[in-house]
Amino acid sequence: MSAMNEAVAPASPSRLSLWRDRVDFQGIVLGVICTIVTLLLLIGARMTADTIALRVAEDRLANLNQVLPASLYDNSPISDALEVTDTRFSATPIQVYPARLHGEFTAAAFQVTTSGYGGPMTLMLALDAEGTVLGVRVLSHRETPGLADKIEIGRSRWIESFNGLSLGNTATPRWAVKKDGGQFDQFTGATITPRAVVKGVHEGLQFFERQRNNIRGAPSAQIAGE
Amino acid sequence: MSTYRQHVSNGLWESNIALVQLLGLCPVMAVTTTATNGLGMGIATMAVLILSNLLVSSLRHVIPAQVRVPVMIALIAGTVTLVDMAMNAWMHELYKVLGLFIALIVTNCAVLGRTEAFAMKHGPLASVLDGVGMGLGFTWALVVLGGVREMMGSGTLFTQASALLGEHFRWLELQLFDPDHGVLLAILPPGGFIVLGIMIALKRMIDERLAARNRQPAAPLAAIPS
Repeated sequence: MSAMNEAVAPASPSRLSLWRDRVDFQGIVLGVICTIVTLLLLIGARMTADTIALRVAEDRLANLNQVLPASLYDNSPISDALEVTDTRFSATPIQVYPARLHGEFTAAAFQVTTSGYGGPMTLMLALDAEGTVLGVRVLSHRETPGLADKIEIGRSRWIESFNGLSLGNTATPRWAVKKDGGQFDQFTGATITPRAVVKGVHEGLQFFERQRNNIRGAPSAQIAGE
Repeated sequence: MSTYRQHVSNGLWESNIALVQLLGLCPVMAVTTTATNGLGMGIATMAVLILSNLLVSSLRHVIPAQVRVPVMIALIAGTVTLVDMAMNAWMHELYKVLGLFIALIVTNCAVLGRTEAFAMKHGPLASVLDGVGMGLGFTWALVVLGGVREMMGSGTLFTQASALLGEHFRWLELQLFDPDHGVLLAILPPGGFIVLGIMIALKRMIDERLAARNRQPAAPLAAIPS
């Protein structure tokens, strides 16, 4: 309780204790500490902003590399990213990463948001020029751990069951989990999660089908800066 | 120096945050689906407890009682946010594992509870030791809770420990039985409460045995003003 053995404040404890009861001193202390914390946060945010942006871009590239085979492109899909607006698919414009080999359009990757059991899920979907699935990965989800997290590639190969499928080789009724008469496995005790992933991939394919010409031959004016 | 040892052991056992004070149940229940998550949350919370205890204790003569709560919240939230940004920028791999926990620490009333109940009344060294003790006590409780839930629910122990601690700790990752035979309830929130309840009951039993053996009443539990 006593402050005898510590010289923390320059003023003597007795004078400090008198000040501490004054409203103006209390206001000033609160104001000064909040100002210092705010300044520190501003400096911290400024010092880290560039590095964090770099790390986020690296993460995005790593995500892209999981679904988009490196042999399919020699451009930089991230800096060539374009924004496609399709209100039937998403209210906000979709960032599409086009892959080109020797200037020829070979594939495209984009994020799909779908709602699962625990909230929104983000998928990364890559399709070749014909609209066939090259790969799907779940980037983020809030599904029940141990039950529905088999959608992660680290836990199960289930997500690979989409590879090679397209709207052409799989009819609309087949785009469902087995319980609903489709062709995809559900998990024991978790149907909503795989159902949501199937729906997301199917909608992504339909989006690509509608916007194929926009994505394929995007004029450079449409290319959004990073 | 027996009082300093008392400051540490107090948090480890007698006034354990998770088992006795029952503070911070929100992060406790949310992340302890695996032992690794519990460990990550525990370490991150310990770092914040030590830093915030040190800051508040150093400023305790200057902070007027009437404005102490907003001042402490500003200091804690500022510290957590700075740590969060620095880790995101410079320890990105670790941040991807721990990032979720760091944001949750702000919601942990144990941090505010310790600054209020201890750091405002003790010197910096005692406060740092209190942070160490409380942090270690919180960590072991979370690791045990997460480990039991993980073993019962998914049949594993310390999954993804190598992502948190580095490749040297891959041997910690155990697969005890097939996850399909796990008790799903253990991973869901009710299971967390049940396992925590059993842990509290066990702790009380041990305390009673010890008290009976010493033939003296058990030390009164530290009450935290709310």
